[in-house]
Amino acid sequence: MAVISRGFTGRPRESQPDLPPGQYLTKDFPVLSAGPTPAIDTADWSFVIKTETGKDASWNWEEFNALPKEDVTTDIHCVTRWSKLGTQWRGVSLDTLFENVESSYDYVMVHSYGGYTTNLPLDEILDGQAWIATEFEGEPLTPDHGGPARMLVPHLYFWKSAKWVRGITMQRDDNPGFWEQNGYHTNGDPWREERYW
Amino acid sequence: MTSHLDGNALAGPLSELFRDDMTIATGRCAHCGDVSVLAQALVYDAAPGWAVRCRACGEVLMVIVRTGERMMVDLRGVTALEVPA
Repeated sequence: MAVISRGFTGRPRESQPDLPPGQYLTKDFPVLSAGPTPAIDTADWSFVIKTETGKDASWNWEEFNALPKEDVTTDIHCVTRWSKLGTQWRGVSLDTLFENVESSYDYVMVHSYGGYTTNLPLDEILDGQAWIATEFEGEPLTPDHGGPARMLVPHLYFWKSAKWVRGITMQRDDNPGFWEQNGYHTNGDPWREERYW
Repeated sequence: MTSHLDGNALAGPLSELFRDDMTIATGRCAHCGDVSVLAQALVYDAAPGWAVRCRACGEVLMVIVRTGERMMVDLRGVTALEVPA
């Protein structure tokens, strides 16, 4: 009996090559948060990188905005399964912020106003992979989306892109942040579907 | 702006873990000492999990995460959780 096969036809037409597994496309920008939106006056805002050497790098709002900024167009992927393609951001590269930071530690904890934290390996936020964003779609970042400034680490699930950032602390071990303590993956690569431990 | 539910929203998920209706259980906030029934807590559910905050000081009482097959409950900010015997 002849065996009839359709053969290998490649990716099905209905698939979305830009969508990681388990994600759906949204045109909205859902607002997710583990707490109330903090009211942050830029006059009081600061961003601090703390290391084990005791030499902190810090910027107030004026100093931060005097740093070179980059325009970033990128897809973003939330672990709650929505993805948004082609979003436009403007912010300061973490490479710029870490230029004069010396540390022997390989991990960071990102801290936000309001108490949120998320952990990352240092090599996931350098080399053009992460920014502190102050603008979204050409406008100053609104408080509900993390304004005045938020992390942007678009190659990882979006809980890593902490809203309302106030600083980064270098850490020797990969201690878990707010969601990572309770089931969410320490790394969070959407293409590997690293949602949970 | 970010909105929240009241603690009655916890009746479903916590029923999988505890014997009683936990929304009428009382707990003490480990941060400020406020004692109240769980139904009065602030529940932020528009998130990768449920962040339950103290009605008085806003600090985190508990975090609940569903990972598909598992449910994880972190009672980091609750002491003296009390249910009728």
